Amino acid sequence: MRIAVVSRAINAAALLDEVGSVSCGATSLFLGTVREMNEGRAVEGIEYAAYEAMAVRELERIAHEAIEQFRVHDLVIEHRIGTLTLGDVSVAVAVSDAHRAPALVATRYVIEQLKLRVPIWKREHYADGTREWVDPTHQPATAATESGA
Amino acid sequence: MRVQLLLFASYADAFGTSRLEVSVPEGTSVSSLIAKVGALAKGRSLPPHPLVAINQSYAAPADVIHAGDEVALIPPVAGG
Repeated sequence: MRIAVVSRAINAAALLDEVGSVSCGATSLFLGTVREMNEGRAVEGIEYAAYEAMAVRELERIAHEAIEQFRVHDLVIEHRIGTLTLGDVSVAVAVSDAHRAPALVATRYVIEQLKLRVPIWKREHYADGTREWVDPTHQPATAATESGA
Repeated sequence: MRVQLLLFASYADAFGTSRLEVSVPEGTSVSSLIAKVGALAKGRSLPPHPLVAINQSYAAPADVIHAGDEVALIPPVAGG
């Protein structure tokens, strides 16, 4: 198990290699990427900021919970901070297990808990030159559910 | 006692700083600290019950703050 808050590009292939094992028949990967549109506004990039020491601790707690609950073989979480451009990977969760069901459910658990609990914030940079901190508590429920990352 | 409050993202913008020193009595609870910070001129944009972390763990309103604790106000998180 490994978690990290990084300020470099996330290498998804490396994460798959890291959790993969011949004892595992399933590897699940979630990637969150920077989308060009949010709530009808054109986005050019997103700046991620973190309370890094606490973010690391909270990610560790989530990773331990997922391993305890779903008994998966291995799990890696990386979240990137800094200014990202369209299409960049902001977060990756890779989980391996003997079977697909625990790997998939653990992946979902990690990303959902991450979005609820980990002290990381994003400021969207819009095409019109303005910038705003995203507050998911102010989004309509449907938009919050649908937003990929 | 003096408490150093860490501020992030929209809260840091609202206060114009990422670190705020507040003077409170020993035994102050999280909710009392929030009331004090919320009463500051720049604190009016805070929600009534912002999330607070003590020593990098989420705290409850009744939790007590001790001298030397690392206290942070946590804006609505938006990772992912």
